[in-house]
Amino acid sequence: MNSQVEVIDEILECYPEKPEYLIFLLQDIQSAYGYISPESMQAVSDYAGVPITQVYSVATFYQSFRLEPKGEHELRVCLGTACYLKGGQRIVEELERKLNIKAGETTEDMIYTLDTVNCVGACALSPVMMVDDKYETNLTAGKVNKILKNIETE
Amino acid sequence: MTNENTALNTKINSGRLNSHEDLNALRQQIIDKHDPTKLEVLVCHGTGCIANGSMEVSETFKKICETSGIDVKIKPNIKTTGCQGFCSRGPLVLINPQGIFYQRVKPKDVEEIIQKTIINNEPVERLLYKDPKTGEPIKTENEIPFYNLQERIVLHNIGKIDPTDINDKIAAGGYQALAKALTTMTPKDVVTEITKSGLRGRGGAGFPTGRKWQGALKAVDKKGGPVYVVVNGDEGDPGAFMDCAIMEGDPHAVLEGLILGAYALGSNNGYLYIRAEYPLAVKHLEMAMAQARELGLLGENILNSGFSFDARINRGAGAFVCGESTALFTSIEGKAGTPRPKYVRSVEEGLWGRPTVLNNVETWANVPLIIDKGADWYSKLGVLNNTGTKVFCLVGKVNNVGLVEVPMGTPLSKIVEDIGGGVPNGKPFKAVQTGGPSGGCIPYKLKDLAVDFDSLTKAGAMMGSGAMIVMDDRDCVVDVALYFLRFLEEESCGKCIPCRLGLSRMKEILDTFSHGKGSEKDIDDLISLAKAIQDGALCALGTSAPNPCLTTIKFFKEEYLAHINEQRCPAGVCKDLITYSIDPDACTGCGSCARHCPQNCISGEKKKVHVIDTQNCIRCGICMDTCKFDAVQVN
Amino acid sequence: MIKFNINDIEVEVEPGCTVLEAARQYGIEIPTLCYHEAVAPSGACRLCMVELKDGDWSKLVASCIYPAAEGINVYTETERVQNVRNWIFQMLLAQCPASVEIKTLAKKYGVTSSRFSIENPDEECMVCGLCTRACEEIVGLSAISMVDRGVYKKVGAPFMQPTDVCVACGCCVTICPTGAMRSYIDSVRSVRSVTLTPLAL
Repeated sequence: MNSQVEVIDEILECYPEKPEYLIFLLQDIQSAYGYISPESMQAVSDYAGVPITQVYSVATFYQSFRLEPKGEHELRVCLGTACYLKGGQRIVEELERKLNIKAGETTEDMIYTLDTVNCVGACALSPVMMVDDKYETNLTAGKVNKILKNIETE
Repeated sequence: MTNENTALNTKINSGRLNSHEDLNALRQQIIDKHDPTKLEVLVCHGTGCIANGSMEVSETFKKICETSGIDVKIKPNIKTTGCQGFCSRGPLVLINPQGIFYQRVKPKDVEEIIQKTIINNEPVERLLYKDPKTGEPIKTENEIPFYNLQERIVLHNIGKIDPTDINDKIAAGGYQALAKALTTMTPKDVVTEITKSGLRGRGGAGFPTGRKWQGALKAVDKKGGPVYVVVNGDEGDPGAFMDCAIMEGDPHAVLEGLILGAYALGSNNGYLYIRAEYPLAVKHLEMAMAQARELGLLGENILNSGFSFDARINRGAGAFVCGESTALFTSIEGKAGTPRPKYVRSVEEGLWGRPTVLNNVETWANVPLIIDKGADWYSKLGVLNNTGTKVFCLVGKVNNVGLVEVPMGTPLSKIVEDIGGGVPNGKPFKAVQTGGPSGGCIPYKLKDLAVDFDSLTKAGAMMGSGAMIVMDDRDCVVDVALYFLRFLEEESCGKCIPCRLGLSRMKEILDTFSHGKGSEKDIDDLISLAKAIQDGALCALGTSAPNPCLTTIKFFKEEYLAHINEQRCPAGVCKDLITYSIDPDACTGCGSCARHCPQNCISGEKKKVHVIDTQNCIRCGICMDTCKFDAVQVN
Repeated sequence: MIKFNINDIEVEVEPGCTVLEAARQYGIEIPTLCYHEAVAPSGACRLCMVELKDGDWSKLVASCIYPAAEGINVYTETERVQNVRNWIFQMLLAQCPASVEIKTLAKKYGVTSSRFSIENPDEECMVCGLCTRACEEIVGLSAISMVDRGVYKKVGAPFMQPTDVCVACGCCVTICPTGAMRSYIDSVRSVRSVTLTPLAL
C-alpha cells in the first residue's frame, strides 16, 4: 500500500492547480481515507493556492466532510420527512442507547460511526438507514438490534 | 448497472454523428435491430427498488436466462431502468411488449416468471397488482390507476429505457430536439419557443424560464460573454427524489435540455451541480456525457453545426443551502456555500461574476420536449399561466408512495386520494406538506385546491421542488413545524442573524408548546418573529423558513391551543404530553415489549397481560413498534 | 447623479453609492453592526433593513448592499423595519449579553430587554465576520476565517489553534463592532519567540 503522502499526490495531480477544485480535492481525499487530516488540508491548500483558512472553512462548512477518522461501519439513519414521520427519530435514539454514543460520534472501539442524513430517496421504505452502502428498510427497534448483532457476528 | 445490450451495441456503427441525417440513420439502425415481438424484462433500479433488493432480482434474471437453456428465439432482453415510480410496490418488474406489471418481486419469484410468462406467456397471478377496492388482479401497467391517472411526459422514458445506454435513448427519440434546433432554428427561435411555452422554473419559485433566458441575453448584450448554463441538481428537500429519479433514469433528457439552453444563450460551458447523496445520478450523468461526447452530441462542433459546448459535474458536499442560486455558484467556485449579499440577478452576475442561467433538473428536462413538440402543444397542458406538468414525490402516510406526474392545476385530492390511494387507515388525510421545509401545510378542507404555482402560494404554501408529504391524524403539526425548524437550523449557513439566531429562537418557543407550556401571547410572538425572519433574512432559505410554522398556526391553531391550554397533544406525538399503556384485551403476554424496553419498565408474566410503569417510561415508543398485536396505546 | 427619496426627503448621490451611504451623507440614521466603510459590505447583521415602496408594492432590503437607484422610495422607520430591528436586537441581547456596544445601540432603538434565554453570559461575539473580512481585505493575511456553519458558526484560525500567520496587528480588535475581539485575539495569535538576527553585512 502506498503511503498517505503518495496517494494524496496522486489525487492532487488529477486536477488543475486552481482554487475552484478545492471541494473536488477534499472529496477525493475523504473517499480515499474516510476523513480529511490537517496534513492533507495543508497539502490541498498549497496545491490549489488557497489559504489554509479557506480550506478549513470549507471543510467545516459542508456536512459530508469528516475531520476525524470514522468507525469501521457507518450507520446513517435517514431523517427525511417521510422517515421522521414514520419513527426515524426513534431509530436514532435506540442506536444512541445501544451504542452509547450520540449521532455524529464514533464508538471508542472505532467500530461504529452513527450519523443522520436528510433523505436518501427511499421514502417508500421508511424508516430507512444505510449500513455502509447497504439499505436497511422498514426499520423497527427489534430490526436494529438484529442488524447490530449481524455485524458483530460477521 | 451492467449493460445488457453491449453485444448489440458493438454491431451498431456509432461513430461521430455529423448531421441530423446521421442521427436518424443511427436511430433507424437501432430500431431495426430491435425485434418488437421479442420479450423484454425491465427491472427497476431506482433508489427505492434497489433498497428493496432489485439488484438481486435483475442478477437472478440474468443468471437463470444464461443457464436454463431457454430457446434463443424467446430469450428475453433484460434491461435495468431508472425509477418506474410506484416505489411502495417495489421491486418492480415490467414485461414487454405485453406490459405486464409485477410488484414486490423477490429473487425466488424469478424462476416462476421465466417459466410462466417468458416461456408460456401466462401471468404469475400472485405478483400482479390488485385493485385495492375490488381485490381483482390487474395485469398491465396502464390499467393501474396509479399510472393511468397520471400524465407522464417528463417521466415518459424513465423506467422504460436503460439510462446507461445512449442507443436506447436515441431509439426513444433522444437528441431529436437538439438536432432540430441546430439545423432549423436560430438561438433566438429557441428562446422564443421556450418563452411561448409558458414554462416556469420547477425548482420552487416558478420564475418564467423564457424570461430568465431573455434576461441573460440582455446581460450578454451589455457586458459580453462568456455566459454559463448550470443545472441545479442539489435536490435537498427531505422527502423529495424526483430530480434524483430524472437524473438517474433519463440523464440524457437533462443533458439535451442543457445543450439546447447553451445553444439558445450562446454558452460554451455548463455545470451540473448534483447533491452529494446521489452517487448513482452522478454516475449515470457521467456515462451519459461520455457517450454523448463520443457521438459528437457534446463537445466540439456538435453535429457539425459549428456550435461547441461542454459541461462538467460538480458534486455537492452536503449543504441544503447550496440549492439557493448564489450559494450554489459560490460552491462551484470552490468556497463555503454561503449566499452572496447582492441585489443583482444571477442572469446578470452569476457564476464567476458572469451572466448565468441556472435551472433545476426538471426544468431542463422539459426543454427538449418543448423544442421537439412545440410550444403550442406544451402550453395546452396544465392551466393558464401554469403550463405543463409537474412531477411530485408522494410520500408519508399514503398508500401509493412514489413518483407522480400530473398537469399543473390538478386538484390536490386527485393526487393524494385517486392516484395516491389515500391514507392507509382509510380516514381522510389531515394535511399535505408541499414544498418541503420552505413550503406549507395544506389542510384537508383545502383538498380541492388546484396544485399550481399561484394557487399554492396564495394558500401560504409553495410548490417547492415537488415534495408532497401526506400526514394523517397521528401526526402532530407542532411536532412537524419543529421538525422543519430543526432541519433548517442545521442547514442554515449561519451568515445572517435572522436565520442563524431566529430559527433557533422560533424553535425555542415551539419547544415550550410541545412541552405543554407557553401562552397565546407566545403564539403572537412566534408569528411576529417569523415575519421578521421573512422580511430580514438574506436568502430564500431564511425568508421561506417560517412557512411550515406559519401555515400550521393558520390552519391548525386549535391544535396549538390544545398543547398550550390543555397540555394535550391531540395526535399523541409530543412526548411530554402523552403516556403509553397496554390494552389488556389485546395483549397476549408475548413479552416482546418487555424485552425491548430500554428502561426495563414493562412487567408481566409470560402469556399474561403486561403493564407499563409510566413513572420510569421515557416514551421512546419502542414497545409500540415491537408489539405485533397493536396492544400498546397512546393516551 | 442619482436622485431618490429617503423618508420622503429627496437625496442625490453618485452612481454606485448604496442606500446606506446615501442616508449617512444626509444624516439619516440607520443602525448597523457588521458594516464598516473599510471593507466590502456583507449584509450579515440585517440591522440596516429599510423598506422600499412603490404604490401597493413594498419590500425590505439591506441598505448596506442595496444600490441607490433613480426614483426609488426608501423608508427607514416603517412598522416592518422596526419589527425586524426589534427582534434582531432582542436576539443579540440574549446571544451576546456581555457586549456593551450591543446594549448601547439596542437601547438607542428602545430595546432594553429580551424575551429569550441567555446561554452564555460572557459571550460578546455575534459572528458577523467583520474581523475575518478585515483580516482578508485590509491586512491581506486571512489568519482567521468563519468556521463551521449555522448555529455552530464561529470565528477561528485553522483547526481552532493559535496561528503564526497572525501578526497581532490588532486590526480585527479595532474593527469588531461588539468588542468580542479584545479578548478573543489571544486564542488566535500564537506567541512567537522572537530571535534577533544580526543584519547581514
